[in-house]
Amino acid sequence: MYDFSVLTNWIDQWLRSQVGDSWALFVEFVLVGIAILTAYAVLALILIYAERKVCAAFQCRIGPNRVGPFGMLQSVADMFKILLKEIITIKQADPILFRLASFLVIIASICTFGALPFAKGLHAIDFNIGVFYLLAVSSLGVVGILLAGWSSNNKYTMIGAMRSGAQLISYELSCGLSLMVIVILSGTMQLSEIVEQQAEVWFIFQGHIPAMIAFIIYLIAGHAETNRGPFDLPEAESELTAGYHTEYSGIQFGFFYLAEYLNMFIVAAIATTLFLGGWQPFHVPGWESFNQVMDYIPSFVWFFGKSGLCVFLALWVRWSFPRLRIDQLLNLEWKILMPICLINILLMALCVL
Amino acid sequence: MGATANLIVFYSLAAFILAMSVMAVTTKRILRAATYLLFVLIGTGGLYLMLNYHFLAAVQLSVYAGGILILFIFAIFLTSLKGDTIEKFGSRSTVFALLTSLAGVSITAFVLIGTKFDYSLNPTVAGEHEINMKDIGFALMGTDKYQYLLPFEILSILLLACIIGGILIARKR
Repeated sequence: MYDFSVLTNWIDQWLRSQVGDSWALFVEFVLVGIAILTAYAVLALILIYAERKVCAAFQCRIGPNRVGPFGMLQSVADMFKILLKEIITIKQADPILFRLASFLVIIASICTFGALPFAKGLHAIDFNIGVFYLLAVSSLGVVGILLAGWSSNNKYTMIGAMRSGAQLISYELSCGLSLMVIVILSGTMQLSEIVEQQAEVWFIFQGHIPAMIAFIIYLIAGHAETNRGPFDLPEAESELTAGYHTEYSGIQFGFFYLAEYLNMFIVAAIATTLFLGGWQPFHVPGWESFNQVMDYIPSFVWFFGKSGLCVFLALWVRWSFPRLRIDQLLNLEWKILMPICLINILLMALCVL
Repeated sequence: MGATANLIVFYSLAAFILAMSVMAVTTKRILRAATYLLFVLIGTGGLYLMLNYHFLAAVQLSVYAGGILILFIFAIFLTSLKGDTIEKFGSRSTVFALLTSLAGVSITAFVLIGTKFDYSLNPTVAGEHEINMKDIGFALMGTDKYQYLLPFEILSILLLACIIGGILIARKR
């Protein structure tokens, strides 16, 4: 299996020999930043296309099929359209907060995206506290959504923002608690080590029943965190036009849109990293030849394949279930998911002991 | 990181924090003040990151930015009207505010002048100081010397009491 750290180390050595340590670091930061931003944008385009195709399949339509082969260039064309659109300034809105809000949402999403291990050796930053960092940074997005709702000077956006705040803060709890189950099992929060420990058996199989419960709860809670599917009542179009981003136009709306899609991918990627073995291939202990065949598949294919599977689950749920009411949503979190999570942690602690 | 790169990062973070804190107290709109406060807290988190205190940086982000600031914003949403600005203070409270800020400045200045900062002794802060997450966990959950199980438990009981009190106040009859 190709180790990307050979390539990155070679670039690092070469830069250090050319310009010295400090400048080499600086150049690397810029390069990593550009790479992450590009990957972010390209993934968003792919996800938007995938969502439209999957949605079409669920509704017995064909979906985009005019631009490029199978309509594959449709989302690229849409990107140019949204880049060229006018940004409308709202009267009597707070202009600073209005602009800032969209940036806060997308920066929180990019910061989380940047810390994911994409393939063997392809990991921009590997904190000792990896899992905690992911949770901490993704909680910044709530501030952006609340500010967007408030500063637009519109009662629909305000209601959308309040709903979204209540929803995100509540579901963050289940997200965190279900990830803690894996932290208990692995004994570390470092993402690279968590992936390393799953080389033989993935955590979802290693952790018996508690890991499976945690996986399902994480998928539900993470899905609610992205404001999509049956949990999309912050932007319920039948009652709130478009929720907290009603007043946004042009690329500012694009930021919210992009962050929504990438958050879906980030949730899938975190689920992949913690439960489904990250970039590790599927191994069965004892089946030597089978394991070797699996090793021939590159690590990033494994990572994106598993994440793609989780994304497909999210899309399936989104286009299959009707929207919840706000009280049903909060009841689901506080009366069902939270108690299950707490008992689940206890179960996992017993398993580990 | 080299010594100069460290200095550059530190001074830009410090300038960012100072600018944002001045803007947080001088702005007339209360929600903008809360937002500038968010940036002050994020900048402080950046300082911790620079010192390799990753745990503290993440705590700073999740507790202050993700928790307390959202509480502030909700409180502002629920209490003040849109476009509310801070009203003018009377002369008496201006005098008091001046006195308290003078006292704060003099205490900070006293401490700063009394302490000797020798940057040349340890110009790079990278590497060896990073504290393992496991050590923090053991320190919070142990009963030996320099381990804090009892304060931890007392704080959780205090929080539980707060939660029960909040439910009692908010409960519908």
